[in-house]
Amino acid sequence: MNNVITIFRRELGSYFATPVAYVFIVIFLIMSGALTFYLGHLYERGQADLNPFFQFHPWLYLFLVPAIAMRLWAEERKTGSIELLMTLPVSTGQAVVGKFLAAWVFIGIAVALTFPLWITVNYLGNPDNGVIFTAYLGSYLMAGGFLAIGACISAATRNQVIAFIITVVICFVFLLAGSPLVLNFFKAWIPQNIVDALSSLSFLTHYASIARGVIDVRDVIYFVSLIGCWLYANALVVDMKKTD
Amino acid sequence: MIDIEHLSKKFGHSVAVNDISFSVGSGEVLGFLGPNGAGKSTTMKMITGFLAPSSGVIRVCEYDVSRQPLEVKRRIGYLPEGASSYGEMTPFQYLEFIARVRGLKGRHKAERKKEVIERLHLEKVLNQSIETLSKGFKKRVGLAQAILHDPEVLILDEPTDGLDPNQKHEVREFIESIASEKVIVISTHILDEVDAICSRAIIIDDGRILVDDTPDGLRSRSSSNRLDDVFREITRASLT
Repeated sequence: MNNVITIFRRELGSYFATPVAYVFIVIFLIMSGALTFYLGHLYERGQADLNPFFQFHPWLYLFLVPAIAMRLWAEERKTGSIELLMTLPVSTGQAVVGKFLAAWVFIGIAVALTFPLWITVNYLGNPDNGVIFTAYLGSYLMAGGFLAIGACISAATRNQVIAFIITVVICFVFLLAGSPLVLNFFKAWIPQNIVDALSSLSFLTHYASIARGVIDVRDVIYFVSLIGCWLYANALVVDMKKTD
Repeated sequence: MIDIEHLSKKFGHSVAVNDISFSVGSGEVLGFLGPNGAGKSTTMKMITGFLAPSSGVIRVCEYDVSRQPLEVKRRIGYLPEGASSYGEMTPFQYLEFIARVRGLKGRHKAERKKEVIERLHLEKVLNQSIETLSKGFKKRVGLAQAILHDPEVLILDEPTDGLDPNQKHEVREFIESIASEKVIVISTHILDEVDAICSRAIIIDDGRILVDDTPDGLRSRSSSNRLDDVFREITRASLT
């Protein structure tokens, strides 16, 4: 546990030691604000809620989270610091979890900084704050899912651009797994029950109900186990590829 | 303290390390010599637990590297080739990070950090990010990291590579100063270095140990009494 915390602190600190953190946070805030007001018509709808804000989160994350995830392991391999990390008395699992948590908390900071929107709708009317809180939670869980996928892919390559693109594609498939776009692609050559299983993996479906304010344990379990699986794969990939 | 038995490492079809065995005891400074690609770094990476051997056993302080990697890693200080580290950190932050991972605490941690900073003359660059430092300082930061927890075993992959003559001299003096109580394995291309600091030298080529001898013994193998000639004669013979 101590090792996880030590790695977590080092990683989180390193975001703020470079411009990465500030660029990410500023872009995230500008884009989420712009989408909410211009495409979501927060004012024009005349309703005091944050639906227009949360409905764009999956699409924001689709590009911004892989940008954070791509450097997690690819950079360590590129600079060779992975050799240092893996010869310290730290297990691969501890390193994987420490790094993931740091990136997740970092994204959490960016998401938390959207709080003025929450204040704004409270000023304008009487929103259901419970729903907003739940939606934040769901959004954050979903970000964790994107991040775990990205972390695993990042460990498979030393090239950050490749890590980014592949992560975006995989996240896109997960995001739209329930939609005809993805299902039709697989329907032709995969048995129906696997296609059904695939469609139940959709981020959007699981996110949509949480974003409406309904915490279904199944949705939470879905995201948590998704994160767990990808992080487990992440550790395997690190051990397999660290020396390449 | 380090026991290696029938160690081999294959990458696909190529054999990087081919059935080598040796042991190193406390107080010994073992120089690992050989041409580029001879298998020196690969062997060192296996001792530190970074690479898994294809076959064979490595024991460090009685712990099997494959079975109890964390116990071994606790007892080893390692300077990787190129002294790679986290470039965006300052040496101060970096040493603090290493100290925490190594489980140093409280006053002991403060003392150890102070000591390695003084010993390797890092005072002036403590708050400058590592990536902006000169090669010599980067190496010294790497060395500081390796000895921070006062390990029983030190594995140094080309500790003087890329340093200027003064820095080389300093690093050698430093290694000599700590040699008596530790097991030290260094790899190098520089034969003077073997003469200057090693109590024993292993010449390795093509993954095999060709010679295992003292520097003096090594020298007496050549008619000219020079290490350069011995090295060339031995490694060239293996090419043909």
